[in-house]
Amino acid sequence: MLDAAFFRHWLTSAAALVDREAERLTQLDSPIGDADHGSNLQRGFAAVATTLEKDAPATPGAVLTLAGRQLISTVGGASGPLYGTLLRRTGKALGDAAEVSEQQFADALRTGVDAVSALGGAAPGDKTMLDALVPAVDALGESFGAARDAANEGALATTPLQARKGRASYLGERSIGHQDPGATSSALLFDALVQTAEAGRE
Amino acid sequence: MSDDKLVGIVLVSHSGAVAESVAALATALAGGGATAPVAPAGGTEDGGFGTSSELIARAAAKVDRGAGIAILTDLGSAVLTVKALIAEGDELPDGSRLVDAPFVEGAVAAVVAASAGADVDAVQAAAAEAYSYRKA
Repeated sequence: MLDAAFFRHWLTSAAALVDREAERLTQLDSPIGDADHGSNLQRGFAAVATTLEKDAPATPGAVLTLAGRQLISTVGGASGPLYGTLLRRTGKALGDAAEVSEQQFADALRTGVDAVSALGGAAPGDKTMLDALVPAVDALGESFGAARDAANEGALATTPLQARKGRASYLGERSIGHQDPGATSSALLFDALVQTAEAGRE
Repeated sequence: MSDDKLVGIVLVSHSGAVAESVAALATALAGGGATAPVAPAGGTEDGGFGTSSELIARAAAKVDRGAGIAILTDLGSAVLTVKALIAEGDELPDGSRLVDAPFVEGAVAAVVAASAGADVDAVQAAAAEAYSYRKA
């Protein structure tokens, strides 16, 4: 079972990975975006880590809801409402339970991913974060490791795609040949999930 | 005329200067007499380009007269942030809605309509109608 401490650890690990990878995310965002993805997410996830340490919500749902709210208010770019909605809707789906099963988490995360899709009007294949999130959540019922692999493969597979949403879509065919920064940062969430699960087993 | 029942207008742009200028333009074009409450929410809190949910929430609270709030946005994160705030949170006053309209023309139409006492549905319709005016 996964408790609030697991989810706090997950998001703190994600913040550390985003911090480590911020420069690469911004580089990916330079040719097809506005070169702020890394710095925006870095600021947002740092605020999440600080808030979770200070408030330490007692349930998985409350951890994710608070983190989502924090991202919406601190990121300042489109990834704020998108990641914020992902976490907040997932948190709401988990309700007030003190612990949740991996299957409950997988189901809740699917609700969150669906909300991201509805918010941005995007689908897999549009060269967005959904190209990592959807295969990851499909594999999450199997294992965290399978979800991580699916997310990373999904992110890599965005390179030949033409962007159909967001600023990159203004570039048309010139968006082809670049890995999507949002799909890349989404995969970091699943890297962090595996790290957190492995830390718990030690 | 009291503005107790006027619809509030919030203008969200990636740029503080754009939001403020469009608010001033729309208010000026709405003409004499009382004008509806209008508040810009442009850029980030530190004055950069981007979107701030805090500035949006503050602007919405400022123009809330209890008759609803029409929020107009430019693009990208401005649209997504307002949608996320309306769908998920409790940060915005009841009766706040995102209006699908061109930013400048829609803002003028919304402020004119709201200043004439239109309800929020009519303000939304006036702003959206700006899409149908072809320039060429």
